Amino acid sequence: MRDRITAFLVLLPSLLAVGIFVYGFIGQNLWVSLTDWGKDPAQALALHPKLRFLGLENYRELFTGFVDVRFRQSAINLLFFTLFFMAGSLGLGLLLALALDRGPKGEGFFRTVFLFPMALSFVVTGTIWRWLLQPQGGVNVLPTLFGLPPLSFPWLTTREQALVFDWNRLPLYTALVVGLVLLHVAWRAYREGERRRLLWSAASGGVLLLWALTLGQRVHLLPYPEPHGLSLALVGVILAAVWQMSGYTMALYLAGLRGIPVEVLEAAKVDGASEWQTYRHVVFPLLAPITLSAMIVLGHIALKIFDLVFAMAGLDYAPTDVPAIYMYLLAFRGNQFAKGAAIGILLLLLVAVVVIPYLASQLRREVRR
Amino acid sequence: MGRVLLYGFLLLATLFFLLPVYLVVLTALKEPAQITLDTVWRWPSPPYWESFRIAWEAFRPKFQNSLVLALSATCLSALVGALNGYVLAKWPFRGSGLLFALMLFGMFIPYQSVLIPLFHFVKAIGLYGTLSGLVLVHVVYGIPIVTLIFKNYYSEIPDELVEAARIDGAGFFGVFRRVILPLSAPAFVVVAIWQFTQIWNEFLFAVTLTRPESQPITVALAQLAGGEAVKWNLPMAGAILAALPTLLVYILLGRYFLRGLLAGSVKG
Repeated sequence: MRDRITAFLVLLPSLLAVGIFVYGFIGQNLWVSLTDWGKDPAQALALHPKLRFLGLENYRELFTGFVDVRFRQSAINLLFFTLFFMAGSLGLGLLLALALDRGPKGEGFFRTVFLFPMALSFVVTGTIWRWLLQPQGGVNVLPTLFGLPPLSFPWLTTREQALVFDWNRLPLYTALVVGLVLLHVAWRAYREGERRRLLWSAASGGVLLLWALTLGQRVHLLPYPEPHGLSLALVGVILAAVWQMSGYTMALYLAGLRGIPVEVLEAAKVDGASEWQTYRHVVFPLLAPITLSAMIVLGHIALKIFDLVFAMAGLDYAPTDVPAIYMYLLAFRGNQFAKGAAIGILLLLLVAVVVIPYLASQLRREVRR
Repeated sequence: MGRVLLYGFLLLATLFFLLPVYLVVLTALKEPAQITLDTVWRWPSPPYWESFRIAWEAFRPKFQNSLVLALSATCLSALVGALNGYVLAKWPFRGSGLLFALMLFGMFIPYQSVLIPLFHFVKAIGLYGTLSGLVLVHVVYGIPIVTLIFKNYYSEIPDELVEAARIDGAGFFGVFRRVILPLSAPAFVVVAIWQFTQIWNEFLFAVTLTRPESQPITVALAQLAGGEAVKWNLPMAGAILAALPTLLVYILLGRYFLRGLLAGSVKG
């Protein structure tokens, strides 16, 4: 019995620490995000600031307020960064793993080379790529070594945007995308004969699409059109992030490929499957769970990306802005603690949307075992 | 044909990964006057080793900060993790599973969502701008991952060993010292490598909670490279200095590095 109490007492400090530093601080942050801390400069740095409760005002301002146009661009940047960073790291990682799985000479060397950026800090990576992506140097003059004309893409310094759309259309596009995804889910449920899932996803997807095609047309977040789009300056940041992280996905995929039993591949061969068919119908489906967990990890890194952007473009450069940068700028340069806290909460929600279903499914699998 | 394609692809990929390193090294070895954009890829003649001396002088205090920070936080955090993992794996109590799950949540949160209260807390307890403040923060936010690694590792140790030691009269700490600790070396290596790399490379807490005199090297490097009109040989030499310790760990202990990476892959 005494030992049991000792055991509990040993664990207690950690429980308290996590309780305060994680749950307590999240709670406090939520509270701060609902106040006006920082609106009044005199109160911002006071030892005991008097805070007024504002409700969701800070959140409303972020999405529809006049001053926070930079937050909206940063949110769009984050979306595109996450998409392309994930696609790039997964794609390159898979290609590298497939190549190494064929047992080339010097496999160990190649593996070491592809994985070493993982050991670096994002700050180091950012500093290196900032130099590589100088408009008149680095990567752009590389072709001249082979007698070709230099490239002229200005990388980080461009202010150009692609896929520009009006912020007011955002709810519409969101509803369309989510609706289509739900219909896809419904279609798969139909093929698997799961009636309840079919009904639910078809109904909710239908409602969303219907809304988008009728009432949704009239929703306006802002009284004026506000164009946002994919900042081309992000291309360089994405390149650097893929350089750093694709070794990691390679390691995951390689472990997965090595884990596929030889008999399975033999069986496919005996059945007369071509190499491509074997990959398409045997290998890739077996790698799907790895893709999922890699997506979770990469998505998680992408959502809170801060140091890489800081090192590559600094805090004050709007085209490569992401919410974490804007949050830091608001809270620790501008003392706008309430609005910064609101961005922190939004990031937490985004991560929760990604991570909680994943954790729940992992947990269920553990229980089933 | 297939082989040619394979090696061609691998060669291209190797260039993609190593050309940046090549450029860093050759830029660091150039005299500032020699660094012009159209000749960036030309190897310096003669190499200007002075860059490293100047960078080392500029970065030495920050390098030491990083070393003190990473080493002390790693040791503390490994110790905490071993004890927690031992309790959770060998002395579970009612509700310990749930508490563990609640604890694990801490490694998924984006730290932006606690940064503002954390900043004010560290300030309030008088640790703002000190290395010990940063050590505390790293140890606390490291608890989930190190506890996870140790708990998983200790779950593999048969309970019979613990039982036998208890019958011999060993108590909670007796079992830990005589049975568990002697078997723990691999877990300690994995945790130490993981935490050392993470803490050495960390930036967000460091830039928020330190003053210039307690800055780790990552913050100093980001500020040097971000300054206008920098001579690029210095940030490049600085980047090499900042990368060296973790690269050494990776090259010397690559196998364990990978294991930590996969164990910690949920954290990212």
